[in-house]
Amino acid sequence: MTKILAIIVAAVLTNNFVLSKFLGICPFLGVSKKLNTSVGMSAAVTFVMVLATAVTWPIQTYLLDPNGLGYMQTIVFILVIAVLVQLVEMVLKRYIPPLYSALGIYLPLITTNCAVLGVTILNIDQGYSYIEALFNAFAAGVGFLLAMVMFTGVRSKIADSDIPKSLQGLPITLVAASITALTMLGFAGLAEGLFGGM
Amino acid sequence: MWKTLTNGILKENPVLRLVLGTCPTLAVTTMASNAIGMGAAATFVLIGSNLVISLLRKVIPDKIRIPAYITVIAGFVTVVQMIIKAYAPDLDAQLGIFLPLITVNCIILARAEMFASKNTVLASVLDAVGMGIGFTAALLAMGCIRELVGNGTLFGMAVTQGHIEPMLIMILPPGGFFVFGILIALANKITGKPVANTGCAACAAREFCGQAGKDEACASEKEETK
Repeated sequence: MTKILAIIVAAVLTNNFVLSKFLGICPFLGVSKKLNTSVGMSAAVTFVMVLATAVTWPIQTYLLDPNGLGYMQTIVFILVIAVLVQLVEMVLKRYIPPLYSALGIYLPLITTNCAVLGVTILNIDQGYSYIEALFNAFAAGVGFLLAMVMFTGVRSKIADSDIPKSLQGLPITLVAASITALTMLGFAGLAEGLFGGM
Repeated sequence: MWKTLTNGILKENPVLRLVLGTCPTLAVTTMASNAIGMGAAATFVLIGSNLVISLLRKVIPDKIRIPAYITVIAGFVTVVQMIIKAYAPDLDAQLGIFLPLITVNCIILARAEMFASKNTVLASVLDAVGMGIGFTAALLAMGCIRELVGNGTLFGMAVTQGHIEPMLIMILPPGGFFVFGILIALANKITGKPVANTGCAACAAREFCGQAGKDEACASEKEETK
């Protein structure tokens, strides 16, 4: 139980997926201009992360590892994620239209999102159990949401400022991201402090 | 011919001009040697995938081209992973998860879709070499700055170490965002042309993410830029 709590605190705050692990930077910079798109994208990413972990963890543990096919991890995982995203899109469209209209538009963007492939591989690398892996995936998604929402607030301030010409657009956004990332450094050591050297 | 090669190095530098592959750019550039390792690995995958996709461009059906490209790319990434694990275990430990994540590096998929699928084998390979050099050069620039300022060393050798107190923040995540932002601002200043707006407009994957034009996220970005 303590380990799961430690995993959650680490994934959301101390080792935030976006701001300290640099996973999923493209959507972080791309769709963080408005609050509703930030939240929609994060929800879709969290959903796919948990689902992808739920499928890839058993594949690695019960199919690849026993047969000595561990090196096929990258190919198998990316194809599973691509198929999964397609399936989810079709299922949502057919059976849960309200959810589809909320998340559907973000789904195709997620296949090539490194945060999703990243979390599935990290779960294997860290040697997490199935339950721990699922919690880690969910917490990583929450961390993604936190970073996106925080950054949306920061960006709305940039829009009203007078910025030198060559810094306009992307450069100032990156400098702002740098300052946002600084806030996450404040949490360094929190998981160890709370749960004792996990 | 020469233009195809140099295009990726200066005019369309994948990192500083097209702003693709930002995740590895920010993550592995804490040391100059990591930057070269990452650049070399990505260049190898880029050349291999561009070569194979260009050879198969008339065979792969249009409808399933993206999964086909991803499979080819993932295959080459697996080869690189095995080579690096066998011959450079230190580099493997340094690059960590970002080695398998070359698979989803937008530069590689974007070059497959935008160049290799439409051009001859020779041109595709030249394009891959140029893009690879451009990627490596940008990574190396970031790696050198961050290592020098953040640790006082260059390729592991002491430069300002012992004379100037290193600014540790530069090799931490915030330093990555900061140096990247300043480098793009510099490139803007030198070329006099700002990079296209962030978001779907600048995303090379928009061609094949299937959402071009109808994506609400993209549409809202467009309205704002008007």
